[in-house]
Amino acid sequence: MPFQLDKKEMMIRTLGKFVDMTSKELPDDVMNKLTELRSKEEKPLAKAIYDVMFENMDKAKKLSRPTCQDTGVIQYFVRTGAKFPYLGQLREILREATIRATKSAPLRLNAVEVFDEVNTGTNIGTDVPYIVWEIVDDSTNVEIEVYQAGGGCSLPGRSIVLPPLAGYEGAMKFVFDTIVDWGINACPPLIVGIGIGTCSNSSALLSKKAMLRPVGTSHPHPKAAAMEKKIEEGLNAIGLGPQGISGANSVMAVHIEGMAHHPSVLGVGVTVGCWANRHGVICFDEHLNYKIISHKGATL
Amino acid sequence: MKKILTTPISDEEIQSLKVGDIVYLSGTLVTCRDEGHRRVIAEGIMPKLPMDRIAIFHAGPIVQDVEGGWKMISIGPTTSMRMERYEKEFLAKTGVKLVIGKGGMGAKTAEGCKENIAVHAVFPGGCGVIAAEQVEKIEDKEWPEFGMPEAFWILKVKEFGPLIISIDTQGNNLFEANKIDFHKKKEVALKETAQEIVSMIAKS
Repeated sequence: MPFQLDKKEMMIRTLGKFVDMTSKELPDDVMNKLTELRSKEEKPLAKAIYDVMFENMDKAKKLSRPTCQDTGVIQYFVRTGAKFPYLGQLREILREATIRATKSAPLRLNAVEVFDEVNTGTNIGTDVPYIVWEIVDDSTNVEIEVYQAGGGCSLPGRSIVLPPLAGYEGAMKFVFDTIVDWGINACPPLIVGIGIGTCSNSSALLSKKAMLRPVGTSHPHPKAAAMEKKIEEGLNAIGLGPQGISGANSVMAVHIEGMAHHPSVLGVGVTVGCWANRHGVICFDEHLNYKIISHKGATL
Repeated sequence: MKKILTTPISDEEIQSLKVGDIVYLSGTLVTCRDEGHRRVIAEGIMPKLPMDRIAIFHAGPIVQDVEGGWKMISIGPTTSMRMERYEKEFLAKTGVKLVIGKGGMGAKTAEGCKENIAVHAVFPGGCGVIAAEQVEKIEDKEWPEFGMPEAFWILKVKEFGPLIISIDTQGNNLFEANKIDFHKKKEVALKETAQEIVSMIAKS
């Protein structure tokens, strides 16, 4: 057993440092896209905002500080093999890693306990950190994605179940209305995740999965990939610009995930990520050797 | 040349500002967001600090306790629109001249800015480290019971910005004007996108 405890502590330390790091450095996919969008901007106010954004990212890294003060509610998306040996302890490991990162980074205390509506002062509360579990295969590896879900970009998130005759046209209206009515305050350029599901929760969860997909990737289904591109063009034509000040673009990316659905319904979910999209992916094998996927060259 | 507003801010300085102007702030800045506005307006309780002619920041910072005080780690703006319900009355009651936040505010706040000679400005969202570096000192904290994000933090800032004026004293409202434009463009973009997507999935 002591051997087990050491391993557990090892994983807590690694994950704590990883969560700390993701609050301070944006992942490669987001950095690349922001660099591209910045170069396309011509309006003086939009350019001024991009300048501040990049200076801020630079300073966050140099001074080792969270790039945005809203470090969010800490969320984990666990994609695990059924035989990862520490699976039973992982909930506790993720909780403890959150506490460590909250102290070391430091992260903002963002857990307000439900019903009592009092800030817990620890960043931990009922079902926070929020964990989504997915068993992907029979292997001994686990992939953990951390996402720091700020309030501003959580606010536009919604899902709806449409009657089938509203169809994809209704789904598009729901997406465009959501982005234009609520996206401005969510710190554009945004990553827009769209989920097509069979009920409200399946659509919402798929939209989150879509939002977290690396920027620059397309859905493997050719129609879905074409839809992603078309919606991205449509939203960009609106020109929200950085911070909604108006500019050349609105979004960093539009991603769609979907599932088969009941013939009588078409569920649609929308999840929005802000420009300071703090997500990070790390993989562990059964010996707890780890590899960081989202941030090339990052060390813990 | 940088245009710098220094607290106490005069009415003349505020009246000279137009939407789209970029300014910086030196002097006293306090954080005040949802709970602070509710306390001042709904509960009628004022902080000890006189707020006449100073600036407020819709923000919930990360603050670290250090020996003899606090250290500002990261502080960026939060969505100003959440305070729309109370801001007009807040301006009248406190004498605050500059409201800093993220995104725009509505018609009621624009009325309040006109009546009370005040402006709303935005600090680029997500840029909490730059803002923290412009905080010279955390002077005090009121209402600690609200927790770290909602407490009333009293800050001394130097050349805090860039601040983009989004509502001026003439009734101009940058984000509301943008919204009208975005909605027009949305109608066109949505129609075209929806048509193409429907035809994409239509059974042959």
